[in-house]
Amino acid sequence: MTDRLIADLERLSTIAPELAVNAAIAASGAADGYVTRPSPVGTLYVAFTGRGVSAVELADSPQDFEETFANLHGRPALPVAHMPRQIERHLDNAIATGKPGRLPLDFGGLTAFQQAVLEKTAEIPTGEVRPYGWIAKEIGKPGAVRAVGSALAKNPIPVVVPCHRVVRSDGKLGNYSLGDPSNKRVLLEAEGLDLNTYESLADRGIRFTGSDTTKIFCNPSCGPAVRTMAEHRVEFRSESDAREHGYRPCKVCRPVTIAA
Amino acid sequence: MTKPDLATIAGDLATDLDRAFPGYVRATADGIFSGSLRMLGDRGDAEDIMQETYARAYAALQGYSTARIKALKVRGWTWTIAANLCRNRLRSRARKPQSSLEGFDVAGTGADIEEQALSQIEVTLQKALLDLPFPQRAAVVMRHVLDLTYEDVSVALDRPIGTVKADIHRGLARLRLAYPEEAI
Repeated sequence: MTDRLIADLERLSTIAPELAVNAAIAASGAADGYVTRPSPVGTLYVAFTGRGVSAVELADSPQDFEETFANLHGRPALPVAHMPRQIERHLDNAIATGKPGRLPLDFGGLTAFQQAVLEKTAEIPTGEVRPYGWIAKEIGKPGAVRAVGSALAKNPIPVVVPCHRVVRSDGKLGNYSLGDPSNKRVLLEAEGLDLNTYESLADRGIRFTGSDTTKIFCNPSCGPAVRTMAEHRVEFRSESDAREHGYRPCKVCRPVTIAA
Repeated sequence: MTKPDLATIAGDLATDLDRAFPGYVRATADGIFSGSLRMLGDRGDAEDIMQETYARAYAALQGYSTARIKALKVRGWTWTIAANLCRNRLRSRARKPQSSLEGFDVAGTGADIEEQALSQIEVTLQKALLDLPFPQRAAVVMRHVLDLTYEDVSVALDRPIGTVKADIHRGLARLRLAYPEEAI
């Protein structure tokens, strides 16, 4: 008896949605999942594992991204419709502010030094910049300025870990690894840094600015320094210059190492 | 993406788990998704079950010896994981009645499956499946929707083949009642 019931049951078989299949592969850990997000520098491809965001890249097309990712990480990245909840909840805010906040990050495969550099970089407030040497001093490796530079050049999670906020000590913006080098400028301007003012100070050899009312000196982009009124703003070429005038370093932006 | 041949998958997984795993998922996912969908009646649940199944499969395979992976009957083995997850999902629904089959039932026409343009009889059949006790429902779905062998079904549900056959027989008999008389 063949029958209609058996034939109808066969027709209940269906196709799994492609993006859900990708998510299943990604959830197993055999591949990363990825989504795209808009940004001031173009479409960002954001990849993640079950542990957190593993990569942020610019790419011309999904194929382009998938190829780059596989070469760099040695595993495939697949487009998915849904992210793990913790990532879904915090990703957009992390991109908008350039701060991981509560977004989980997967630094798998990085050395302890690279991680320390990235974690310190993540502390730089939105719209401010710090020199490479500042990172080196803050993580207790004042001599490792070059190593800081190469750790940042390999930052797998740019924008969210804001390596665009780390600049040369002479005030030049320095290199940037995400797409066109001018993207560093685009990102800093998008988050409100007054680059004209910042660069004109740098051009004149000014490394720190202070306020003659508080007698505190800062990194020139530090929030309180930026808000100091022009008639109270003083400029310094070096730490000793500032100290000789009776100024102490800001405890918030820590322009120089502060003895504990 | 091409789907690798089911017959070679166990060997591929044994040789290089990470490389072969995405292909294994692609080759088996339609079945896991379809089966979970028919056993649970809800697409969201079916997607969850699919993800959880492969996460567990991957973890399990990492602990298996090469010989053990090579000897796997991949479809049946994957269903041992998925069937357990479906059964657990139904149990947790039973404990939380508010999240039961409401979505399906209230919609009447089967909102969860309408996008696949099921015919009226298929909607009726899906509903009738959801009324079967789980062992009958799971066995009927695996055998007749997914075309698994009795042996695979028996392995997947951890029940003797005879019991599986009897469950299928009884399940089909009950499903026939869903048809209008002239159609049988």
